Amino acid sequence: MSSGFLALSYLIGSVSFIMGLKMLSHPETARKGNLYAGMGMTLAIFATIFLYKDSDGNPLGNYLWIFGGLAIGTVLGNYAAKKVEMTAMPQMVSLFNGMGGACAAIISVVEFNHILHLGKDFTEDPAMTLVILAGLVIGTISFTGSMIAFGKLNGNLQDRVIPLQQVINIGLMLFILILAVMLTFGLGTIPPQTLMYLLLALSVLYGVLFVMPIGGADMPVVISLLNSFTGIAAAFGGFLYDNSVMLTGGILVGSAGTVLTVLMCKAMNRSLLNVIVGSFGGNAAGSGQVASGGNYKEVSLTDAAVLMMYSKKVIIVPGYGLAVAQAQHICHELEKVLDHNGVEVKYAIHPVAGRMPGHMNVLLAEADVSYDKLIDMEEINPEFAQTDVVLVLGANDVVNPAAKSDPSSPIYGMPILDVEDASHVIVNKRSMKPGYAGIENDLFFRPKTSMLFGDAKDALTKLVAEIKSLA
Amino acid sequence: MENIMLFISENIEFIFLLTLMIIVGFEVISNVPAVLHTPLMSGANAIHGVVIVGAIIVMGQAESDDYLALTLGFLAVILGTLNVVGGFVVTDRMLEMFKRKKKN
Repeated sequence: MSSGFLALSYLIGSVSFIMGLKMLSHPETARKGNLYAGMGMTLAIFATIFLYKDSDGNPLGNYLWIFGGLAIGTVLGNYAAKKVEMTAMPQMVSLFNGMGGACAAIISVVEFNHILHLGKDFTEDPAMTLVILAGLVIGTISFTGSMIAFGKLNGNLQDRVIPLQQVINIGLMLFILILAVMLTFGLGTIPPQTLMYLLLALSVLYGVLFVMPIGGADMPVVISLLNSFTGIAAAFGGFLYDNSVMLTGGILVGSAGTVLTVLMCKAMNRSLLNVIVGSFGGNAAGSGQVASGGNYKEVSLTDAAVLMMYSKKVIIVPGYGLAVAQAQHICHELEKVLDHNGVEVKYAIHPVAGRMPGHMNVLLAEADVSYDKLIDMEEINPEFAQTDVVLVLGANDVVNPAAKSDPSSPIYGMPILDVEDASHVIVNKRSMKPGYAGIENDLFFRPKTSMLFGDAKDALTKLVAEIKSLA
Repeated sequence: MENIMLFISENIEFIFLLTLMIIVGFEVISNVPAVLHTPLMSGANAIHGVVIVGAIIVMGQAESDDYLALTLGFLAVILGTLNVVGGFVVTDRMLEMFKRKKKN
């Protein structure tokens, strides 16, 4: 009876995951989809606690521990998720992803020790041993990789190119495979426990080395990839326990996560291999070849205000600099003032503006910017030619013409916003320092461009005041 | 060869499930607007928190004198719950903003 209820709960859980994911891919249904998946998850969790029986028909014990863990996790998770600034959202996702990976790895360690405890031989059931080890290795890589990604996005860690990095990584992977095979088929004389901890250590190292050299600008792709890794690790847990809901949930995320990763790469016009191997960011060869230096001109606040005030059409290009300065609200204020004076204002949203695809939309939505003023790249690019002023706010790489003209540039081939087609370009930046990807931007030295230095919030506040005094 | 065939026939249910879920995962995600990439990734992130089910089983089966298993299981339950709760709440917060704007 109870096993039937458990199976039914798992079926409902699995269906809710599929429906949830499907609904998450449409703006109108997205929020409901998330809620459905959450309810399915809750059902699966409580059904497991109360209805699960092992192969001998014994129910689960240690309820105090289980509910204690659930309570602590719920309070902490809820607190962290509610407290986090919208700008820090990407690293938060990475952090939660790492937790899931660590969870999968721990399950494998406990099950391994359990088999050892029973005095069984790992060669008896090679398939089971492989499943345990796969969960361990993939879960651990996902955990350490996510932590490094978190550190990079949070600004605690710098990109680091390790000499012979690719060779070391491939060597490590081979070593991990060899150890796993030795354990599974009982080759060699090293005791299984030692081999397992060796595997764990190597996986920790691999996760670190895998993400370390990848540039900060590519972190969204990496997080998405690690996300699907954790899904696969969860699916191995499903194999281990003959557990259908873990299996379906895990595989679903593994497969959907892979598609999403590829979609993200496509948005930047790059291949996944190029992201992983290319070590985009700062140190890549060719980044210094753009003619740096040269002359740029500054524009005064008054001139900028007059220019925008007497324009017909202004397009704002928001970037991460705007988000960091928390300037989205004052930016909306500027839009309203201009709009009030008969200037048409739109926002040009590059697919990877901010730190993740869609990140900028979330930030501007937070500041009450109307949804239909946010225009996607493909749609807005032809409009730049009829635009009087483009105001670039803390964006850099997404407007770098080197992506079109300089084959040696690390961002060559990435589609960009054609801001140069407009009559004037005003760029607000804190200084002349290169952007997040560490690439010089020729745009700043073009005759049409003028620079408005200063913190985005500060500069916009003064700009709004200036425009108001003109009106 | 015989062994492989035996393995397949013994695990046919899982192999079915595996294959079909891979296809479902691919199909469900195709044609997503870039705006939704971040929330979608975050939602998928919450769903793989289903690994919590395994953590609960590990915890519930740990012998009361096996302190290593108890400690690790407890840790796994906390981490898994963090993944689930944090994942769904963060996703909801992101989507809340789209929702409010749509209505205005």
